[in-house]
This record gives sequence, C-alpha cells and structure tokens, in this order.
Amino acid sequence: MSSVIDWESTSNPVKENRAGNIGKAVDRYEGPLKVTGTAPYAYEVEPPSPPAYGVMVSAPIARGRITAVDTAAAEAAPGVMLVWTYMNAPAQGPRPERYDFFTPSPRPALESDRVYYFGQQVAVVVADTLENAQAAATLVKLSYQDDAAKAVTFHDHFDEGVQPPGESDVEIGDFEKAFAAAPVTVDDVWRTPLQNHCQMEPCATTAWWDGDQLTVHTSVQMVRFAQNSLAETLMLPHKSVRLLTRYVGGGFGGKGSFYEDLVLASLAARELGRPVKVAFTRQQMMHGTVHRPATDVRVRLGATPDGRLTAMSLMTTTHCDRRGNFTEHASNFARSLYAAPNRLTGHRLVRLDLPVASAMRAPGEASGTLSLEVAMDELAEKLGIDPVELRILNEPESDPETGKPFSIRQLVRCMREGAQLFGWDRRLPTPGQVRDGRWLVGMGMAAAIRGNFLLPAKASFTVDADGVITVKQGMTDIGTGTYTVLAQIAAETLGVPLGDVRVEIGDSELPPAPGSGGQFGAATAGSAALDAGMNLRKAIAEIAVNDPASPLSGGDAAQVTFQDGVIAIANRSERLSELIRRNRPDGLTADGEVRPAADASKWSSHTYGAHYVEVGVDTITGEVRTRRMLGVFAAGRILNWKTARSQLTGGMIWGVASALTEGNAVDPRYGSLINQDLASYLVPVQADIGELDAIMLDEVDDKANPMGIKGVGELGISGAGAAVANAIYNACGVRVRDYPITPDKLLAALTAI
Amino acid sequence: MRAFTYERAADAQAAVKAAAETPNAKFIAGGTNLLDLMKLEIEHPAHLIDVARLPLAAIEETPEGGLRIGAMATNSHVAADARVRARYPVLTQAIVAGGSGQLRNKATTGGNLLQRTRCAYFYDTTKPCNKRAPGSGCGALEGLNRNSAIFGASHACIATHPSDMAVALVALDATVETLSPSGAARSFPLMELHRLPGETPDIETHLVPGELITAVVLPPAPEGGQMYRKVRDRASYAAGLASVAVAGGRIALGAVAHKPWRAADAEAALASGASADEAIGRELEGAGENGRNGFKINLVRRLVPAALAEAREQGRGA
Ligand SMILES: Cc1cc2nc3c(=O)[nH]c(=O)nc-3n(C[C@H](O)[C@H](O)[C@H](O)COP(=O)(O)OP(=O)(O)OC[C@H]3O[C@@H](n4cnc5c(N)ncnc54)[C@H](O)[C@@H]3O)c2cc1C
Ligand code: SF4
Repeated sequence: MSSVIDWESTSNPVKENRAGNIGKAVDRYEGPLKVTGTAPYAYEVEPPSPPAYGVMVSAPIARGRITAVDTAAAEAAPGVMLVWTYMNAPAQGPRPERYDFFTPSPRPALESDRVYYFGQQVAVVVADTLENAQAAATLVKLSYQDDAAKAVTFHDHFDEGVQPPGESDVEIGDFEKAFAAAPVTVDDVWRTPLQNHCQMEPCATTAWWDGDQLTVHTSVQMVRFAQNSLAETLMLPHKSVRLLTRYVGGGFGGKGSFYEDLVLASLAARELGRPVKVAFTRQQMMHGTVHRPATDVRVRLGATPDGRLTAMSLMTTTHCDRRGNFTEHASNFARSLYAAPNRLTGHRLVRLDLPVASAMRAPGEASGTLSLEVAMDELAEKLGIDPVELRILNEPESDPETGKPFSIRQLVRCMREGAQLFGWDRRLPTPGQVRDGRWLVGMGMAAAIRGNFLLPAKASFTVDADGVITVKQGMTDIGTGTYTVLAQIAAETLGVPLGDVRVEIGDSELPPAPGSGGQFGAATAGSAALDAGMNLRKAIAEIAVNDPASPLSGGDAAQVTFQDGVIAIANRSERLSELIRRNRPDGLTADGEVRPAADASKWSSHTYGAHYVEVGVDTITGEVRTRRMLGVFAAGRILNWKTARSQLTGGMIWGVASALTEGNAVDPRYGSLINQDLASYLVPVQADIGELDAIMLDEVDDKANPMGIKGVGELGISGAGAAVANAIYNACGVRVRDYPITPDKLLAALTAI
Repeated sequence: MRAFTYERAADAQAAVKAAAETPNAKFIAGGTNLLDLMKLEIEHPAHLIDVARLPLAAIEETPEGGLRIGAMATNSHVAADARVRARYPVLTQAIVAGGSGQLRNKATTGGNLLQRTRCAYFYDTTKPCNKRAPGSGCGALEGLNRNSAIFGASHACIATHPSDMAVALVALDATVETLSPSGAARSFPLMELHRLPGETPDIETHLVPGELITAVVLPPAPEGGQMYRKVRDRASYAAGLASVAVAGGRIALGAVAHKPWRAADAEAALASGASADEAIGRELEGAGENGRNGFKINLVRRLVPAALAEAREQGRGA
C-alpha cells in the first residue's frame, strides 16, 4: 500500500529532473498528425473491409411511448441493409434501474417503446452509403403517445427538489443563528443555465467483427469503462471487445460515458457481417448525449464589520433526468474555500423529463463559483474592503470543515501576485468611473479552487533494441496533452531523448488507467507511468551488472545512472540500445501502477488560483467584451508549461463563455433545447478574448502523488466567469445574477441608470 | 438530405430556362445556406441548378456613377473592393459583420439576399412553423423568441431576415436586376424584394418562382457619413440582435423584421428637423413586442441616435 509519507520522502527522476524534460514547453506529441489531418478520429478509421453507414432517428417528444412503427418505406429505400427500432433490435443486457457514470453496466439501445427524453434515439437505418442511410432515415415513421408533463423547465418544478440519494446537508456550528445575528449580510440567488459540452468531434464509432471478437474505434474519455459496459450490453465477456480511442476531439466530461453510436455500430456490424460506422449529428449531440444541468444557488454570507465571515451557506437546486442520479454539486467547493465558523451547504435534486444530466467542465466548481465568488464581491463592497483583502482576511489555517491540514495552499500568493501583475491597484472601487468612448471599463477578480484526485492506474514501459522506450497505457488524450506528458515522464525516467519515446494509449488491450476526467488524468496516468519507468530502470540495471559483456558488469545495480540514452556507473558506460540488443533483442518490458495512498485522506488537497479580468461594457447596447484576463495558478509541479498553460487559458475562456454567452434554454412545451448547432449555441470566438495569460506558480505538492504534480484541466474555468461578472459590475454598476449576462439583461438595468 | 439531380448552368438564360422547365428546382450559388437547409430536411429540392460560375461576378462602374455588383460576386470580394470601401463603406462594414471569413468566401450577393431566417423553430423540424410547413402554426410565437421581429410581424410568423448586407443595401437605396423565367430582364428597388410575413410567411420575396437575381446596382454614393452597427451576443460570428445602417439621410434596421427595415418614419422626422431621439421614437411607435424580444425596442431606441451621431462625425471627417 502506498503512503504519502513514502511519496514525500522518496526522490525520483521526475522530481530530480536532471535532463530538464519536466516542466518544459514541449510541443504536442501528436500535434503534427492533427494539424495535417492525418490523425484518424474514430469515424475516419479505415476498417478492414468496406463499411456500411448507420444513421439514427431521434424521438420528437419529451416522454411517452412509441405506439406504431412503420419502417416499410425505409427498408425499401435504395441501399438500405437494415432498419431497427425497439421492435426488432437485438437482445441486449438489461439497463440497471439507476446507473452512475463510473460503474460499468449495460446501456442497451432501442430497448423499449418508452421515450424518456426529447432526442432519445429510437431507430437506426444502416445503408451502403451515408447519403442513402440519411435519406432512408427520413422515411422511418413512428407514432407516439406524448405523456410529457407540459412544463418541463427546472423552475416550474423547483419546489419538488429532494435530497440527492445518499447525501445530506453539511452543517457546522449554527448557520441560521449566526446569519441572523450577522451585522453585514449578502443573500442572493444566482442562476446558471443548462449547458452543452459542444465538443468539436461528435460521438462516433467504427466497428467490425472478426469471428466472436469485436473491434471498435470510438470517441470516449474512459477506455475500460466503455469497453466493459459495451461487452455487458452485448452480453459478451469483457475480453471479446477491443475498444480503441486514439484521438478524441474534445470530451469535457460528455464522453465520460458512451452512447448509442457505439452500441448500434457494434450490433449492426455483427448482424451484417461487415464494418459499420455510426455518428451523432451536431443536432443529436445536444439532446442525445448529456449536458450540464441548470442550477439555482442561494448564497448567504454573514460577516462582522471588519470583514470576518461568521456564517456562510450555499444551497444548490439542480435537476437530472428521470432515470438518472447525477447531481451538479455546486455547493461542495465552498466547504474548503473560506474560513467561517458557521456553515451550511447542500443540494436539492429535481427529476425532469429532460435529457440526461452529467459531468461537464469542472462539475460543481464551474457553476458554484459563479455565485459565491460574486457574493464575496458584493460583501466586499458592503464592507468597504478590497475584494482581495476580504478573501485574505478569511483565509483558513486548515480545511475549514474537516480541520485537516492542507497538503499545500498558495491561494493568497496567487491573489497577491495576480493583483500586482494585473495592476489591481488601479481599480476604482466605485463602479462606473472609467470611460473609454462609449465603453465603461471595469476590473473584477475571483478566487479559483478545484479538488485534486488520484485514482488507481497501471502502465507498462518497453525498451527495444534501438533504445526506444514505448509507453503503453489504456489512457486517453482528449486534447489535453496526455501523449506529450507521458513521453516527457518516460524520457526523464529512462534518460533517453524525447524523440526516442513512443506513446501508445487509447486501447483496451493496454494496461488500464481510469481515463480523462476530474482533472485526475496526468497525475493518475503519469504516476503509474513513473512506476513502470522505475521498474524498467531496475530491470535494465540488473541486466547490466550481471552481463559480463557490459562495462557495468559486477557493479552495484542501485548506482546505475540513465542519461542521453547511455547507462553508466561512474565512468563505466554503454549505450542502452547496445545492452538491450545483446541481452533482450526482442525488448524488455516492465509494468507499473499507482494506487491512492492509504493516508491521503489526512490532508485537504486542492489546486488554487486567482482570476483578474478587465471588461468593457458598451453603454449603448449592453454588449460586454473582455479586454484583459490574467490567471495565476498553483497546481503542483507543472509537467509541461505549454500544454498546462493551454489547459488553463482554455478553461478561462470557458469561464468567459459561462459568464457572457453560453447556455441553452428549454422550451417547456416540448422539453427540448432551443440551440441545436454551433451557430446558435455561443461559445467565445477569437474576437471575444482580448489579452489572455495564465501564470503557474512554482509549486510542488509532495503529498499529492509520487511526482508532486496536480491537475490543471478544470482549474482554469473555476472562478473565471465570476471575475467577469465582477468586472461588469465594477464597469457599470449592474449585477445580473441570471447567467449568461447577455445584452438584453444588461440593457434593462443600463437604461435605468 | 434526400437524393436530387444537379446541373451547372451554361449561362443565365439557360439557368432560368432550366428552372422554368424542371419541377421543384432551385438555384444554388455558394450553397452556404441551401445545403444546410437540405441536410436538415427543411428544404427538399429535386433538382439543383448551379449558378455559382455564371459570368456574373464582376463589379462595374455604372454610367450614373454607381456600381453594378454581379449576383455571383462573393461577399468577401465585394467587401474588399476598393471602390466599395471608398464610396460605400457601410456595405463593407455590413458584410464583414456577417458570418465568418470562410462563409463570406463562399457566400454570393444573390444568395445572401435570399438567405432564410435563423428562427430556431424553423430549423427544428419537430416543431410547428408556418414558414417551413404552412398551416402548422408558429412555434416561436409563444416560445423562446428573443430574436424575433418588432416591426411588421404577423400572428403567422414573427421571424426576422438575417442578412446584414441587405440592410446596408437598403440604406444605400440599391436596385435589384433579375432575369425572369421567361428570359425577360427587370429591375426594381431592393427595398421591394422582401415581403412581410402576413398569412404566407413561406413566400418571402416578390420574385416569381425561377427568377434569377443577376445584379445589385448601387446609385452614386450619398452625401454625408455612412456606418453600420450590429449588436450581437458575441464579438463575431453571431446573428444580430439588432443592427442599423446609416447612409446619407437614410436609415435601415436589421434583425427587427421579416425584411431589412427601412426606417422611413424616422427619416421623415429627421428631414423635418426632429432630433435623433425623437425620430427613432417616431419609428418605434410602429413597433410591437412578442414575448421575450421587448428589449429590442429599447435597444433600437439607443442604437440609432448613437449610429447617426457617429455617421455624422464621419461625414464631417471625410
Ligand atoms: C453559421 C452561419 C452564420 C451566418 N451568419 C451570418 C451573418 O451574421 N450575417 C449574414 O448576413 N449572413 C450570415 N450567414 C448567411 C450567409 O451570409 C448566407 O448563407 C449566404 O450569404 C448565402 O449565400 P450563398 O451564395 O451561399 O447562397 P445559397 O445557399 O447558394 O443560396 C441561398 C438561397 O438563395 C437562392 N439563390 C442563390 N443565388 C441566387 C440568385 N442569383 N438568384 C436567385 N436565387 C438565388 C438559392 O436558391 C437559395 O434559396 C450565416 C450563415 C451561416 C451558415
Ligand atoms: S416565427 Fe416564422 S419562422 Fe419562426 S416558427 Fe414562427 S412561422 Fe416559423
């Protein structure tokens, strides 16, 4: 069993970083393939024989039953090979009553006549060409009985919120009493809308069979989960399914699970004895996969006149689908952020006839910081204290709820350095003071926090007779840089040039890793890789000292060094490739793994940051444009300056999106979403983002894992939108608590000024 | 998308002839709008007549001192033309406020005028829409209609026309030249090209079926400043919430009606000495809100005087 104490006290090549591979701004390993269009994504993978093409048909009602099925015209259409609905789809494993996103279980497609949400897949047409399949799909005639409640928006059912299963509110002290007694208070509700992941690559699968053995190329974040679940859906042993996901065009949590493309392509390929490709359309992605649910977060803060929080509460109401369990935990992060003796946090969940809710871009923090970090700004104003100083005043010594020591916490340093670099002292506390032509200009800030996690993972390293190291791991790279950081870890651990490392990931035949999500990817996959690298070093060293033909013969294996592709003991050395060629011409492999430390729970471990934003608000139109953004982050040792910075700035841009443009509205009459493509679901474009920078503090969190690194993928978004909202207030004196802050909402208030 | 046949027209006469003779035929130019509509099952032409390569892409001086812009001139080409930029800056500004660079490279002048509404219910074939499926009702009327019309809407349809370019052309008092299915040429004010929805929102223009737009003619540039301002949810690549084109004494509004909206009442008020605020107030007497789009009235009230002032500044500077 591993232990934090061992991690802290043991050195390793990543910590020593002798060759300097760690932290360097290394270009993406797979970058050239992607920018030249030669990295095959799942739908583009060429199968061993010509494929057929499946097109799915989606339900137009929010809840009900299919009452009649007429597929005659579709079946008779040119090129059509099969048409399936629930009436004739093959038998599949039964769906569990309630399912979560981490336990593998069957996900049958076209399972019954029941419709649970608008856009659920209800039929598939497979034809010889995509065009024929698309044309025939329009001929599938299904009749429905529409049982949807007529109002399916979250706010219509707000009062029906119940405690999420297995949870309870967390109260420390006596919140109500302290809040009632507090001389200065804030009490407001912030609303965030339902959001879609909008990955560039829609979900897609290419599947083929070889006897009883299935191969699927698909686009998912979690290899093992999808492989096991697919096998269970098809009622096959796990090992009968090989699942590959080499390149993933964005996940954002939405590909943590998998969807009907995977199941239907697999089933149809078996039925037809021929490879089958199935993809979601952009429109189908919006309803047919998952989304981030809307939240209402009520924040209550009570403080003394000198700015000490005495009471703090975040209560979130959110929604999920009828069969689901997912809760957007928008209150949780607040449990570790600020000191306050009396605290109350919790969630209420409403089940609706809406598509399936799930994790998206920093679930919890992304929504929750949009409320608390604005409430802190409001409190600062009421108190007449600078927002940075207010946060520093309430900086806890140890975790404010559990009392556990922090593994490391540099939030104050992030805020202070950010303030200085950004020129925060130039901010005028009274809103509406700075004009630039028709623009009012303002500055805002917010704190960022996001949990740090480590999950069990395995990896293997092979060295071949050319001295090339191959990293193998059932891990994914969803555009984050996994390939690259694994290569860096391998190069540093085995002392070989980066160019002598190959990385193979995204394959269920490789040693399992949990995948990408919850910003645990690099720490988890990387720690297992480091272990495999260390084991390979040991194996190499043993061979060297026991090989009479090696200059290292007879030496102490523990003294062998690895550098520039050369192994050495003091001045006795030879090339790694020569040793392997003599002793293991077919290569030498070592396995490694990481497990969470038994004592890890003794510490409170998070990543932190501070956002500073300057915006302009057009006084005529209510348009908001960000002018400058700076994030300063503390997230452990940084493996790759470039990919980490891209993750952080990308997150900050998503924060701008959540504040200003992003969101989907539900039409309650249909239980469907209004924006169904990327022309109407607005994420920021280049012109929306002015100056943007992210700075990473020097930090090592030796308690986090053997490398002292932490995740950055979800930290950047946390708090970024709140800083934008605070800057808008500072610019023009208007608070909009119903996100996104669009011109129509601002205009009403601007007119009144 | 459904199967269709395709031909490339040899010349303009051949194009209108083919359109007249083939049932359910449509012209296709850049295809940036029509192909989307076909993929989404909103339009189902049986036959496409490709007009993109007709020799109608030139921009030429007219004897009157204006410019004739061929219908196949791409949006990028028109916006970048030195004469357009110097004499009709409002047109360049309007074009580059639309779509993205990639779209403008493909989009043509004729196609841009005839692009269809961005109403979300029009795009979602599971919803009622009188424009897409006449008689099915209007999904937007009681729906999420934040971006619907404040001028000239009917109970059958409250959609807006999404073109930016057309708003500038209306402010410039442009003329459209066409070839009708019989092969006869005609020309008429661009202001008269589009219709209000009335009871038949599926009929969007005064063109007869199979009539080909061949050019847009700009009169000599008006005296005074010009300017285009588009208000949108993000800085680029977004439909307008409202826009305004000012050219000389003329004002046209975008994203507020089923057609580019010439603010004739405001123009008249200005001409008779009213202030900009009064003038736009006069225009807005005719405006009505539908559910969630009421903010547009306020927006136009603020936007137009600001744009007039800016245009006046520029007129002075020039
Ligand atoms: C994502 C997106 C965003 C957009 N944003 C904007 C925006 O912000 N502002 C804006 O103004 N526009 C915007 N557009 C619309 C774009 O400008 C139009 O799609 C384009 O101008 C259409 O031109 P086209 O040549 O591609 O037309 P096509 O798609 O080829 O044709 C459109 C229609 O016009 C007909 N047609 C074409 N040429 C002729 C002709 N010469 N005579 C008669 N009929 C003809 C066709 O039959 C068809 O019905 C956007 C489009 C997209 C896809
Ligand atoms: S507003 Fe017009 S386009 Fe939109 S749904 Fe109604 S009829 Fe259709």
